[in-house]
Amino acid sequence: MTALLTISVLVLVAIAIWQMTKIFELSQLHAKKSDRGEVATDEDNKNNGILMFAFLVFIYVLTIFSFWKYGKFILPEAASAHGDTYDTLLLWSFVVIFVTQTITQFLLHYFAYKYRGKEGKKALFYADNDRLEFIWTIIPVIVLAGLILWGLFTWTDIMDVNEEDDPLIVELYAQQYNWTARYGGEDNVLGGANVRMIDINRANVLGLDESDPNATDDVIVKELHLPVGRKVNFKMRAQDVLHSAYMPHFRAQMNCVPGMITEFSFTPTITTAEMRLKPEIIDKVARTNALRAERAAAGETENIDPWEFDFILLCNKICGRSHYNMQMKIIVETQEEYEAWIAEQQTFGQTMAMNE
Amino acid sequence: MSAHAPALTDDHAHDHGHHHKETFITKYIFSQDHKMISKQYLITGLIMGFIGIAMSLLFRMQLAWPGESFPVFEAVLGKWAPDGVMDADIYLALVTIHGTIMVFFVLTAGLSGTFSNLLIPLQIGARDMASGFLNMISYWLFFISSVVMVISLFVEAGPAAAGWTIYPPLSALPMAQPGSGMGMTLWLVSMTIFIASSLLGSLNYIVTVLNLRTKGMSMTRLPLTIWAFFVTAVIGVISFPVLLSAGLLLLMDRSFGTSFFLSDIFIQGEVLHYQGGSPVLYEHLFWFLGHPEVYIVILPAMGIVSEVMAVGARKPIFGYRAMIASILAIAFLSTIVWGHHMFISGMNPFLGSVFTFTTLLIAIPSGVKAFNWITTLWKGNLQLNAGMLFSIGMVSTFITGGLTGIILGDSTLDINVHDTYFVVAHFHLVMGISALYGLFAGVYHWFPKMFQGRMMNKNLGYVHFWITAVGSYGIFFPMHFVGMAGVPRRYYQNTAFPMFDELVDIQELMTVFALITAAAQLIFVYNFVRSIFYGKRGPQNPWNATTLEWTTPQKHIHGNWPGAIPEVHRWCYDYSKVDENGEYIIPGQDFVPQHIPLQEGEEDYEH
Ligand code: HEM
Ligand SMILES: [Cu+2]
Ligand SMILES: [Cu+2]
Repeated sequence: MTALLTISVLVLVAIAIWQMTKIFELSQLHAKKSDRGEVATDEDNKNNGILMFAFLVFIYVLTIFSFWKYGKFILPEAASAHGDTYDTLLLWSFVVIFVTQTITQFLLHYFAYKYRGKEGKKALFYADNDRLEFIWTIIPVIVLAGLILWGLFTWTDIMDVNEEDDPLIVELYAQQYNWTARYGGEDNVLGGANVRMIDINRANVLGLDESDPNATDDVIVKELHLPVGRKVNFKMRAQDVLHSAYMPHFRAQMNCVPGMITEFSFTPTITTAEMRLKPEIIDKVARTNALRAERAAAGETENIDPWEFDFILLCNKICGRSHYNMQMKIIVETQEEYEAWIAEQQTFGQTMAMNE
Repeated sequence: MSAHAPALTDDHAHDHGHHHKETFITKYIFSQDHKMISKQYLITGLIMGFIGIAMSLLFRMQLAWPGESFPVFEAVLGKWAPDGVMDADIYLALVTIHGTIMVFFVLTAGLSGTFSNLLIPLQIGARDMASGFLNMISYWLFFISSVVMVISLFVEAGPAAAGWTIYPPLSALPMAQPGSGMGMTLWLVSMTIFIASSLLGSLNYIVTVLNLRTKGMSMTRLPLTIWAFFVTAVIGVISFPVLLSAGLLLLMDRSFGTSFFLSDIFIQGEVLHYQGGSPVLYEHLFWFLGHPEVYIVILPAMGIVSEVMAVGARKPIFGYRAMIASILAIAFLSTIVWGHHMFISGMNPFLGSVFTFTTLLIAIPSGVKAFNWITTLWKGNLQLNAGMLFSIGMVSTFITGGLTGIILGDSTLDINVHDTYFVVAHFHLVMGISALYGLFAGVYHWFPKMFQGRMMNKNLGYVHFWITAVGSYGIFFPMHFVGMAGVPRRYYQNTAFPMFDELVDIQELMTVFALITAAAQLIFVYNFVRSIFYGKRGPQNPWNATTLEWTTPQKHIHGNWPGAIPEVHRWCYDYSKVDENGEYIIPGQDFVPQHIPLQEGEEDYEH
């Protein structure tokens, strides 16, 4: 595969150079005919004007090709309550962008083709037109005002982290290069914590305040389980450098900053099990596993095991050499499943007691 | 309010023309002549560009064929690529230095430094910069900072690797990654020198534009290039000092144990003493420069494109005043939008709303510029020289890249695309590629002015443009989809997430385009070097332009004009202007240079 691609690159470059020398020779002939030196002749204007039009076609084709071939790679349906609003706003912004892109690129390249220079042609001395300029100032103003307002209302909604509707409180703790989650336990209140209280020897890895009664029932885990339909308030902490808790399927992201606690809140709406049954996910898994099987057949040893879809938490702020592999699995499940799972986990108090 | 060239400068020119014997050193090395300094900037910038682009090819190969062994890796990276497999630390270092070099060294110094130096005195009608000496110092500081940056590539633990934004604590703690030791110190030293260079340069440009305009050259008769360089210099003076203070505070946190940006840190098994600082403060300081910086990069390109496009279209630039107004609006707004890089940094969400508002505002003057360029082409008589092609190409990539800014500037939408490849695609098109096109347009257009009338080969120019145009879209258009799939940037490889497996196709496609596009730049290098020595000499005013630089002799002389400085009688866009009978003002010639007095019955554009 690699060899093939490398060769194809080399071939393409060779072709390019060969074409170039040809054009070069041709041009030498022309240069003799019309002595304009290195300044464009009518011939040059014509050729490049036509190429400009061809380039317009290229942009359109590239766009269509990319959507057709790569459109399916775009993140699947949002699995959080605010995610739907997010996706709708995104869709409309894209509509605006694509309409503008299609029209302006057309005008630009079409004019470049249509008005290519010819000896003796007169350009139009056209320096100003207040009406026109007003129109293309006011249209973006109106469209953008709409998008801004819509965006701002959504933003205020999403970023309003409050205690209404009895949210589940979860801490996401980031360090080079892994994630830990902490639940408030029975009382749903996180115990006080600071990196200065970290005691590795006693397995107090998150620096919980051992004298804080709220900390005793906290549950510390390496896999994030969330009950579907219940709001979750995340409190992010980082112990060493900046990290970012990125949960793309939930349209959620917040940086984790040493020295402060940042927050984000969302309500998961689709369980992992339900997600796995969505046609687009089934397709994606099938495509991916086909690739993996191919790799296995080719005798490779890594990344060949079949994959099953899972929500995932990624680190999205450069944090060092293994930044690319800083992840945690997220499992969204029913309330009952969640309760069964959390009941099985050890509390912080129990862990400490074991260490005494 | 036109300033007059004082008689003094005239005498000065005669002095230099005749008495001083110039040695090799004063002529080519420690030159105080703006034309020579401009060439020094250009060539240094191009060399840095070569390094920066070569780096991007290395990490693009790693992205397309992760973990694969390549002999080139071993050859160039040595111990950082054992058995030809790229190491994860050096990947981050390459990305970091690539970003730093391209943004600061190529597109700030290489672009603005080259053309501000070349064009400001020539287009406003001045003998030289206000201070040739400071100008020379500015170049040599830039040179030293480039050297320091290149030296940092060779330190034992590797160069800086915390991203071009060098956010602390990663950049502040040597134990956080190898690149945050000596490599980061050198990065900071290099950038400090760079900022000094940039400030000296900018102050000089500002003073020159304000004080040394020739008789009749009012501000509203200035070519848009000069407006762009002038405003760029102003933004530079406002924002670079803030980066300097961020850098100094970071240096103090690193070396003297202060806690400006650090607090509550536990790393490698121990608690550090830092208390009370905030990385978010650093982000504010960095982006207070960082965002204006992207306009420092793009405004000169916009100025060049406006000028080259008017000349190429044989028409006045459409909406000259709106163009100036939009440059000013962009400059002003660019200083109050920095927070759009920090929507999810942990800063107060209310601030996020404010920055969304200002950011989407800045789309308006940018849109006006794009529409005005398109209208400039309308009913023109387009002379499609290579410079003109790059100008049209710049408008195309600026639109494509700028539109996705509407997504990123919206705080809500930024949540899910922040720091993904969507951002990488966006800023490469709108800033990287567009500014590079501006640079190329400028080089093709003013090459004859730089190299004593020699011109670059046009056919090689065409080949260079078309491969680059196709390749740039080929690299950066599909990249949006990688971002929409959720792939974070600054990932050494995407193999740790099965959900990204199927993207490897796009990655390979982008890398193949990158290799081809980079190869096409060699055509430019060849053309550039060859034309310096063997380029055909064209006429004195090869593109039939109206601006003053084309009234100087092809052979460079100190002081620019052998006699008196020409006086200016009209604005600089009298292309294809006709009288009531529909005849050109000067019979048989479709342009009227700025120094030609108004003809009888003719009205000037600015009344
Ligand atoms: C052949 C042309 C180029 C290619 C293929 C290329 C490719 C890339 C890629 C893939 C990244 C992201 C790497 C990552 O996040 O893991 C990157 C980063 C970057 N590039 Fe380029 N690039 C090119 C030219 C340019 C130009 C002209 C500029 C000028 C503005 C530029 C500025 C940057 C910056 C600022 C970064 C961010 C560095 C960071 O994350 O710290 N690049 N480049
Ligand atoms: Cu991380
Ligand atoms: Cu910005």
